Amino acid sequence: MDAIKVENLTKNFDGVIAVDHISFSIPVGELFGLLGPNGAGKTTTINMLATLIKPTSGSGEVAGYDVKQDRDHVRRSIGVVFQEPALDTKLNGRENLEFHAMMYGMGREERRERIDEVLQLVELTEKEKVLVENYSGGMKRRLEIARGLIHKPQVLFLDEPTLGLDAQTRRHIWDYIKKLNKEGGVTIILTSHYMEEADFLCDRIGIMDNGKIVAMDSPEKLKNILGGDVVSIEIDGDTNDLKRDLDTRDWIKTMTQHENCLSLTLESGERRIPEIILAAQEKGVVVACVHLRKPSLEDVFLHYTGRTIREQEASQAEKNINFMHSRMGRRR
Amino acid sequence: MIHRAAIYVLWLREMKRFVRSKSRIIGALAFPLFFLAFLGLGFRRMVIPGLSEDINYISFLVPGILGMSLLFSSTFGGLSVLWDREFGFLKEIMVAPVSRVSIVLGRIAGGITTALIQGLFILAISFLIGFRLSSLLVLPLALIFMVLISVTFLGLGLIFASKMRDMQGFSIVMNFVIFPLFFLSGALYPLENFPVWLRVLSSIDPLTYGIDGLRGIMIGQSSYPVVFNLGIMVAFSLIMIFLGAYFFEKSESV
Repeated sequence: MDAIKVENLTKNFDGVIAVDHISFSIPVGELFGLLGPNGAGKTTTINMLATLIKPTSGSGEVAGYDVKQDRDHVRRSIGVVFQEPALDTKLNGRENLEFHAMMYGMGREERRERIDEVLQLVELTEKEKVLVENYSGGMKRRLEIARGLIHKPQVLFLDEPTLGLDAQTRRHIWDYIKKLNKEGGVTIILTSHYMEEADFLCDRIGIMDNGKIVAMDSPEKLKNILGGDVVSIEIDGDTNDLKRDLDTRDWIKTMTQHENCLSLTLESGERRIPEIILAAQEKGVVVACVHLRKPSLEDVFLHYTGRTIREQEASQAEKNINFMHSRMGRRR
Repeated sequence: MIHRAAIYVLWLREMKRFVRSKSRIIGALAFPLFFLAFLGLGFRRMVIPGLSEDINYISFLVPGILGMSLLFSSTFGGLSVLWDREFGFLKEIMVAPVSRVSIVLGRIAGGITTALIQGLFILAISFLIGFRLSSLLVLPLALIFMVLISVTFLGLGLIFASKMRDMQGFSIVMNFVIFPLFFLSGALYPLENFPVWLRVLSSIDPLTYGIDGLRGIMIGQSSYPVVFNLGIMVAFSLIMIFLGAYFFEKSESV
């Protein structure tokens, strides 16, 4: 069964197409990631699935309910942690959770129990009486994750769950997310523009760019599309013999030489390194240095979009500014 | 579809926020109290045309200032949706499995309560500077008018909040909606002194009937019969609340 099913989902903001006919489905229990630069359409996708904005066209189903027709059932089935904090800073931690639990129609006993439970999970039990305006960024984030869990959602949306957090807190939150998914069986959809985050957490990743999903698979398979690892060796001596020898081995996909450095593309590079060194020794070539590089999702993104995520963000920022100017000119 | 728990918790949140923001309470009270004190004391001995001789200016002014306080606090209460949008909390409210009507009702319940508390506080202060009701029994009737005024302008605030994207338009609403409504209502002077065209304008201002009704009840002098004022205010509050809920439902929450 699918927790989420999306077909040709599209959102058009006054002529700017934020999400462009995307289709995908996510089976129950999966930890799925939408990866892409700012402005790729990830948050808009989440907002449509969470019933906060109406799709321009296409359809979406969450936990078996249509996001256009059956909004209340969708709302009942999901938990959402938004990209920007959505807490009432004039209430304390526990009051924020109480508010949420009552909005979800939970009884007094159940509320107390669940709130104690989630506060413990995110280690905020001691801070429950502190006004949220005095929380640090990491504490706010943890409180929001706790809040998303109170009503035991079947599907949890996490929009940039670790944006702007320090490395230690990020690590903590990653652990919660993993645990929730593996032990709690919650289907999780997260968005991120941190490559290492998506790589570490997700069972499957959809790469989004300019409102479209350009690739979707497990992180491993996505990286394997690039042909595997890159092994670079620095060598002294005549290389021609060695290159002729290596040419005969069919597990080497590509070979390029740059001065005295030989770069080979191959799968499971770490297992092939001894073989390569042995071959070099046989041909009387001295290997001075070996370097193994696993392809990252950054390389995958580059492969699919022709740009690195950083470049993409720079150009998107430019677009946003132009877009804002045009809106301001019209509206104010 | 009415979710009572949701209405209650939205009201409760408003109460907690109200009690915790001392500066907001003081700010909301200071403005009408300054009006009351300075206008009331400054014009105390003035003979105001249109005002019968056995009513002093302070008695005339108190219901007006009460209406003013309700106008401001209720419109701001409706506009507070914008604050929630600005601080992201609106998303938390809107993503909950609760009917939009319940959300509007919860906001209104909170808005009425805070507006009434402020109104009663102003009434208490005005007793200190010499204002007297004809009898304490009229207080419940006055409360009905206060609720109707509050509901009307909560609806108005909600309409603006649903149509505005951010706080930028706030001062426009303040200067071109709230202040004209206040000055046209006859809160500070008898409307009989207005030229005809201004009287026409003030006759479409809900606050005119709210304040006139309060005067009729509290000091026994009004331009229209109290029952007429009551009918008009009931109609206004129903229309405004319906429109407020309608636009709120239509607006996108992010």
